[in-house]
Amino acid sequence: MDPYVLRTLNEERRARRAAVLVTDLGDGRDRIVREGDAVAGDLGAAIASAFRTGNSRSVEAEGRTFFLNAHLPRPRLVVIGAVHISQALAPMARIAGYPVEIIDPRTAFATPERFPDVALHAEWPQDVLTRAPLDSYTALAAVTHDPKIDDFALKAALDAKCFYVGALGSRKTHAKRVERLLALGAGADQIGRIHAPIGLDIGAASPAEIAVAVLAQTIHAFRSRGLEAKGAVA
Amino acid sequence: MDESIYLDETRDPLIIAEGWMKDGKDVAIATVVETWGSAPRPVGSHLVIDAEGNFHGSVSGGCVEGAVVTEAMDVIGSGKARMLEFGVADETAWQVGLSCGGRIKVYVERLG
Repeated sequence: MDPYVLRTLNEERRARRAAVLVTDLGDGRDRIVREGDAVAGDLGAAIASAFRTGNSRSVEAEGRTFFLNAHLPRPRLVVIGAVHISQALAPMARIAGYPVEIIDPRTAFATPERFPDVALHAEWPQDVLTRAPLDSYTALAAVTHDPKIDDFALKAALDAKCFYVGALGSRKTHAKRVERLLALGAGADQIGRIHAPIGLDIGAASPAEIAVAVLAQTIHAFRSRGLEAKGAVA
Repeated sequence: MDESIYLDETRDPLIIAEGWMKDGKDVAIATVVETWGSAPRPVGSHLVIDAEGNFHGSVSGGCVEGAVVTEAMDVIGSGKARMLEFGVADETAWQVGLSCGGRIKVYVERLG
């Protein structure tokens, strides 16, 4: 392995950016491919698949054998609102492989008794997200119903290109939210990325069922990253 | 279940390999590149080895690490990468096997 390649790979991994290490198993030469880098042909298709699935494997391309080691940051889910839905969502998401952080400045809601074993911040999203910024391997679900708490986080999630952005509320509530986000400087394309009403349409009624719908939508968004542009996902 | 979303700098094999390199050590990196059956560690897993035989990480959960470390010392010496195969069915080339019945292919290369 090229020392420079190792240093670069570790830099990317520390910064929570995805990278695929491509090693030619014939001559040992290696290089780093970052998400979005253009690679042509069969090798390019295999690399794109490695980014999407996170699976590492050997591939035959151009008459050579390459090993693709996919280094994807661990996805995480940030939930704005220490509410009933979040109480169900946190353990479910953790089991599915999406560690959860919950942010809610209302100290009556954000208590360790209501959220045992969850990373919980009884603070404003502004403060928490400045310390630990959102990124493209983070999903954000805003479920407080309170614009004072949700709006900043939603705008921050859109700006950080979070792989999933969902907001609780009816279509009417969302229409008002869109106006506020536009006033905050969000673009129309950004607004289009918000999942609202939140969650896959499974007819969820209880808070726990809504949590299932949100988690399913988060997983779908994660596993279809990069496919939207090609129209491969409905 | 490991739940941290950040790298564990004290345990991550590739971070440790970079640290060893900065300390001027000779280092080999072993990577699981293929598995068949019930292999204990997934494709992409690393074992990193220095010239004194210190190692971090794992490629099999303990079954074949000893053999990989021995091979890695040769790779550090020669600079030539090697492909190793381990499995219960493969008795010709290797004395060590995977008790789980799986087979793995491990690529061992020198850093630099």
